[in-house]
Amino acid sequence: MTLKSVTVGLTTLVCSLALLASNSGCEVSSTSSRTEDSEAGSATGGGVELPIGSEEGQQRVLIDGSSTVYPISQAVAEEFQGSHPNVKVVVGTSGTGGGFKKFVAGETDINDASRPIKAKEATQCADNGIEYLEMKVAIDGISVVVNPENDWCKAITVAQLKQLWEPGSKVTRWSELDPSWPDHEIQLYGPDPDSGTFDYFTDVICGEEGASRTEYTPSSDDNILVRGVSGGKYALGYFGFAYYLENAKKLKAVPVSATGDVADAVAPTAETIEGGKYVPLSRPLFLYVNKARLARPELADFVTYYLAAGQDLVSEVGYVRLGKETHAETVEALKAAIGE
Amino acid sequence: MSDQQIGYAALLKRRHRISTCFEWTCRVATVSALLFLAALLAGVIWQAWGWLDLQFLTGFDSRRPGKAGLLAGLWGTSWLIFFTAIFTVPMGVGAAIYLEEYATDSRFTRLIKLNLSNLAGVPSIVYGMLGVTAFVRMFGMISAADGWTMALSLGFGTLEIPLPLGRCLLAGSFTLSLLILPVVIIASQEALRAVPPSIRHASYALGATEWQTIRHQVLPAAIPGIATGIILALSRAMGETAPLIVVGAMSYVAFAPGNLDTPMAAVQDPQRVLDAPFDVFTSITIQITNWIEQPKEEFQNLAAAGSLVLLILLVIFNATAIVIRNRAQKKISW
Amino acid sequence: MSTASGSGVPHSKAATSLHRSASLVRLKESGIRLLLFLCATVSMLTTFGIVSVLFSNAIYDVAPQQVGANGEARPNEAFFQQVSVTEFVTETRWTPGYTEKHFGIMPLVCGTLMISGIAALIGLPIGLCSAIYLSEYAAPRTRSIIKPVLEILAGIPTVVYGYFALVFVTPYVLRPIFQDMLGFDVGVFNAASAGIVVGIMIIPMISSLSEDVLRSVPRSLREAAYALGSTRFDVSTRVVVPAALSGIIASFLLAISRAIGETMAVTIAAGQTAIVTADPLGSVATMTSYIVNVSKGDAVIGSIEEKSIYAVGLTLFLMTLVMNIISQFVLRRFREVYN
Repeated sequence: MTLKSVTVGLTTLVCSLALLASNSGCEVSSTSSRTEDSEAGSATGGGVELPIGSEEGQQRVLIDGSSTVYPISQAVAEEFQGSHPNVKVVVGTSGTGGGFKKFVAGETDINDASRPIKAKEATQCADNGIEYLEMKVAIDGISVVVNPENDWCKAITVAQLKQLWEPGSKVTRWSELDPSWPDHEIQLYGPDPDSGTFDYFTDVICGEEGASRTEYTPSSDDNILVRGVSGGKYALGYFGFAYYLENAKKLKAVPVSATGDVADAVAPTAETIEGGKYVPLSRPLFLYVNKARLARPELADFVTYYLAAGQDLVSEVGYVRLGKETHAETVEALKAAIGE
Repeated sequence: MSDQQIGYAALLKRRHRISTCFEWTCRVATVSALLFLAALLAGVIWQAWGWLDLQFLTGFDSRRPGKAGLLAGLWGTSWLIFFTAIFTVPMGVGAAIYLEEYATDSRFTRLIKLNLSNLAGVPSIVYGMLGVTAFVRMFGMISAADGWTMALSLGFGTLEIPLPLGRCLLAGSFTLSLLILPVVIIASQEALRAVPPSIRHASYALGATEWQTIRHQVLPAAIPGIATGIILALSRAMGETAPLIVVGAMSYVAFAPGNLDTPMAAVQDPQRVLDAPFDVFTSITIQITNWIEQPKEEFQNLAAAGSLVLLILLVIFNATAIVIRNRAQKKISW
Repeated sequence: MSTASGSGVPHSKAATSLHRSASLVRLKESGIRLLLFLCATVSMLTTFGIVSVLFSNAIYDVAPQQVGANGEARPNEAFFQQVSVTEFVTETRWTPGYTEKHFGIMPLVCGTLMISGIAALIGLPIGLCSAIYLSEYAAPRTRSIIKPVLEILAGIPTVVYGYFALVFVTPYVLRPIFQDMLGFDVGVFNAASAGIVVGIMIIPMISSLSEDVLRSVPRSLREAAYALGSTRFDVSTRVVVPAALSGIIASFLLAISRAIGETMAVTIAAGQTAIVTADPLGSVATMTSYIVNVSKGDAVIGSIEEKSIYAVGLTLFLMTLVMNIISQFVLRRFREVYN
């Protein structure tokens, strides 16, 4: 036993013990009573803080969450950065659920959400001392899309959608939904369970949030879904309206009928969504903001901008603006929160 | 000719035909490998045609393809490679020197060598998972909600280190360093091994110590090989995507780390240089991946343009390595 | 004034200072040696890091229970403390994100093996034949040009391969052949395109490594064979390749483990459907693409979905580790030693 081998043995033993012991799940801590420290614009209200430098230095706004809301947030971020060069906005697409998980841990400032916050997520926020402000920012109509070469599916009923997407569904061919449709396999594309779109769709169509068949091509990225549906004649998928509108040449939106009657089918357009006719797949889109961080001027500016000039971008991107009343309410709530 | 001779001649002819056939099969195989390469390059260049311009190289990402650019990725990749080089070179070369010059052939040394070759074969995504736990979350010792910042005031600015490190550039660099470290060590070992023992013996005979021998004789002779290995390893790090995604890439990042978007800004505002390592980042590869996933046709062209930039950088790195290798081989005359 | 021990040198002034500086030098030497030793142990730390991260998240967590704000215990157990190994290995569905959770690794392993299989089918023959061509038939000048060019193929970033598969291989190669001519349905995301490009990706690895091994077979063996009247084919296949076999097999194993660990190309081209299937024309999920997709979406820290990536990572790590150890073993055991 030489000195070297003893040293080596001890070092490795100590290192491995340390690694194993500290490698316990990286749990979100239960405490969080960090107060706002607004010196030089820096904030430590929990979370992975990026260095905030001098007053004019780089300030950051971290947004994550729904890929449905992403096009709006990205557009607003881009335009906002144009007029506020010192503030940089980062937008991620972890999915509504995935984004909430970061939000409750304090890792993001804003969560894009295509569904309201769940009770469990709200509790986790409370556990970590995070107060949030819920804001509606736009209206969306989840679109059921097929390939442009699909000439048989002129409308689809809610009942057929349920038959197709419910858990344990054995439907694999178009003809099983309607005998007049071709006897060919359906290729299904849809959001993955982390997505708010997934939650909302399964809730209104299958009756329970999260209740969905598992044999389909899931993706957290709506762009991949667009690519999938536009690439196969027998494909069918569902995602936010903006993604359909963006790629309208490659896709065909199927009118949806809330009753059993095909004649009642309504196609998703800006008018039908705004007028409340596109049911049941119309829904509001949300922003959840970490209230404590609104003390940071750049965040307050950004969210105010979102509700002001950002509304124009909502239509540009393809979603529907909020009605006047809702918009006024949201602005009031925001002003109150900033004032706190 | 006897029957036997006729039979043998016929057999010989057949064997020659088989041999020629085989030669052609091998030729076709090599040519097809080269054709694949040509097809890849042609496809990328064709898609990127007209999209690789100055605006592309100096602009940031945008939802409008006409305005989107690679600048954030260029800066991110540059910083990443810079820090990776800083961490990997001393550790990798140091480890190689130890293993080649100092280590005795003990079980521990053999264990390290086996370990190195295994690590070199571990998929890069596993390194990403290690990086997230070790660097981003710091083993959970400090949770994100409780994070704080350590501030060190230097003359021209403040160095602010967030703890835990979070999804920042430095965490990405550390992860890449771990990834290419085994490769650097193995390549450096080969370079050191290529130096003939006679050089070392002559040095010892003149009374030099081990370190003096290494520092003045062995290392200078091995530097070309080591440099080649480092350059190739760094070019591999440049092309990595998966570990960086795991460590924390966001979809839309329209700024360079630390807001340092031109070299002039570094001089004007040195604070940005200090902020850059701890900032959110993206890389050329991540931007390409994001663009590929967009269904709009124009983004495919952007992805191709980004790939072309990456390929050009790669060729430059590889060419540098080859030039160093060739020049060294001319100089060495043992 | 220090006196060196056991040197028996006369203690003149010059000699004394030589002794003194000799001790300092020895100290410095030991210091440098220690420093370099620490550098070497970093690689061991990396392995420990990887193993411990995978182990504590997948197999057994040694940390104490964390407690939430209201005093309830937060779940922190490793994957296999919550899911049985039997289910992991035998279940054929992989649905950690859904309400009805199944944790069978088979679909992911199936996807990985299918893509690696297709890659091997393309990469191994072409790689080996190229290696034989470069070492046996090609002129030295040709070899010096082709070899670095092939190495460029190795250096191309894998996202480019994935993009190539999605944008070129599927619409212009697979669809014309399989869909239009033969009538099979080729999905936008499919295993075949991913397998083909990964195969192309590993060609340089096989050809480079095999060529090095083939060239190291001594000329005397070849010359002896020629002297006995062999054709070039005979020499290549009956003398050189068998002599270099261990190295060639080692390069095969290395290339296959690279194919197994490939992430970006398959994530982009192969899709994300975890399914046990033999159909290469549909979308599949591999172990690597699953890890990347969950990391992008980032499940709850501590939840079973997040732990599942460690279980998958552990499987992946073990697979490549086993392949690497086998290739080391093959290389050492069957290597021919030439004097």
